[in-house]
Amino acid sequence: MTAADLAGNGVHGDDPDTQGKFGVFGGRYVPEALIPALDEVAAEYDKAKNDAEFIGEFDRLLRTYAGRPTTLTEVPRFAEQAGGARIILKREDLTHTGAHKINNVLGQALLTKRLGKTRVIAETGAGQHGVATATAAALMGLECVIYMGAVDCERQALNVARMKLLGATVVPVTNGSQTLKDAINEAFRDWVANVDHTHYLFGTIAGPHPFPEIVRDFARIIGVEARRQIMELTGRLPDAVAAAVGGGSNAIGIFHAFIGDEGVQLHGFEAGGRGLESGEHALTLTAGSVGVLHGSRTYVLQDDEGQTVESHSISAGLDYPGVGPEHAWLKDSGRATYHGVTDAEAMEAFALLARTEGIIPAIESSHALAGALKLGREMGPDATILVNLSGRGDKDMGTAMKYFNL
Amino acid sequence: MTTLQTVFAKAKADDRAALIGYLPAGFPSKDGAIAVATAMVEAGCDVIEIGLPYSDPLMDGPTIQDAVHRSLVNGTRIADVLRTVEGVAKTGAATLVMTYWNPIDRYGVDRFARDLAAAGGVGTITPDLTPEEAGPWRAASADAGIDTVFLVAPSSTEARIKAVADSCTGFVYAASLMGVTGARDQVGTAAQGLVERTRPHTSLPVCVGLGVGTGRQAAEVAGYADGVIVGSAFIRRVLDAPDEASALASVRELGAELAAGVRA
Repeated sequence: MTAADLAGNGVHGDDPDTQGKFGVFGGRYVPEALIPALDEVAAEYDKAKNDAEFIGEFDRLLRTYAGRPTTLTEVPRFAEQAGGARIILKREDLTHTGAHKINNVLGQALLTKRLGKTRVIAETGAGQHGVATATAAALMGLECVIYMGAVDCERQALNVARMKLLGATVVPVTNGSQTLKDAINEAFRDWVANVDHTHYLFGTIAGPHPFPEIVRDFARIIGVEARRQIMELTGRLPDAVAAAVGGGSNAIGIFHAFIGDEGVQLHGFEAGGRGLESGEHALTLTAGSVGVLHGSRTYVLQDDEGQTVESHSISAGLDYPGVGPEHAWLKDSGRATYHGVTDAEAMEAFALLARTEGIIPAIESSHALAGALKLGREMGPDATILVNLSGRGDKDMGTAMKYFNL
Repeated sequence: MTTLQTVFAKAKADDRAALIGYLPAGFPSKDGAIAVATAMVEAGCDVIEIGLPYSDPLMDGPTIQDAVHRSLVNGTRIADVLRTVEGVAKTGAATLVMTYWNPIDRYGVDRFARDLAAAGGVGTITPDLTPEEAGPWRAASADAGIDTVFLVAPSSTEARIKAVADSCTGFVYAASLMGVTGARDQVGTAAQGLVERTRPHTSLPVCVGLGVGTGRQAAEVAGYADGVIVGSAFIRRVLDAPDEASALASVRELGAELAAGVRA
């Protein structure tokens, strides 16, 4: 890992401005009490990303702890359903803790130590970010508190147990929709009160500046590796890159290294839930409108008076009514395209990958897999599609058992 | 219409701090909010902040979250907020709206400023709008003739305090502690220091909120601030009352205690 691998600063002219804006998106809409902490995090991160020792330590942890680089796997039997297109997976499911989330938490846990703070808090939906944060906190001796919606605690009970075993305190949040959105509100409340010794280890590329930039940079390794690996494997760049989008961290992680490659289409797949017409979905970019949520201007699921509308997805990890501001910017600039995949389509792809290739994907990632099948049929047999398999499906077995009557 | 400037000038002439009460619109009901706020004014509140209920109130503690949730379940919309402002302003109290930014953003910046002024509102408090993002809102408020109030916090640097104070008209809201809304046993010790750090940067009144809930605390804060802001303690009185009549009586009792406090 090099400084360019970490940040890719200015390589594609797509860093946010000094106010944390990607075009009109991003910024900071938070209580004044948090501004000094956000300034402190931003300043320390600016130093860290140019510090060879920090980059070296992050790189060492990625290689020796997280298990990087992760491999690419071509899935021809799965791709038979994609009209003959080649589908190649970036295997983030093979990282320690089983999802791309580990990259960001290792980076931010190192940053927490640089900040001289002793406690981390985090929010989690599916539990993957919570497990990853609890893991990094255990590794580095940090106190750890995880906020999780009460509904999510129930549907991801295994991950709650994992977090507890790793030494974290899990706080079920019973406000509002009792999902990720409300866990984020509660984590912010904790942070305002404890900011002197606590770092909010934000889990996705949403939230106030500098989180969208920091989380992206720590997730960027996914695309940096994948770009090099697919060139080695196929001798050329892929025709399309596909990833699931909830908050958007795994998608930006793999997209970012390809933004400058004009011939590579970038496709994000959001949770269509029970379908657009049902109103029960998490189609933030495809059906939302521009507003402010959780400290950032971005696309939001909201009503005509700016009240957040509750999202729905069979995947707790995608069940979020906001999205990272960089995706909002990629959408409006036309560089990336976003589509919906329903619960049913995602679960079909989930089962198909398991049966044809022996890989049980996370339900989040299954949205990207379902999307890749559709893309393949549209793009034709000569197309090569790189899919970010952002996590493994062990955590989702309870949902799968219920869904498939296993 | 009573302006904030009139209120603070009068309080200063009386050698006391102003008493500012907060209540979300639509709580305990759409009409009940006007009745409770009126009771707050009759008991001695000079200024009323009407909260615009929002689905994601990330700066609020459990008491206000509870009240706001009930208000949203009651179907409160922005038209109801404006109607509440109109009803409360008729009492003669200077009436502000306290709101997170997204509802104004969505409603339309110019439209909200205009409609609030037309309803008799004298300004807004916007806890998640920073000076950096406040340009369009300050311009719209100036055009509509309403005040803008922003918050400083104990963690604010001198430069931030200046930037926030420069964006304020009406008064500067000093958050007494690092935390969310809610009455506490003690007002943060940082409050007095924050007010003292804010004074050199503004000629506006400086008011303290967060954590104030008793007459004794109001008296203590009135010793160094121009205004004392109380929210959760009033709401708690309404939540704990068995019916609306006892809620009004209980709110009047607390209002009288706080009003005596700011005069102590």
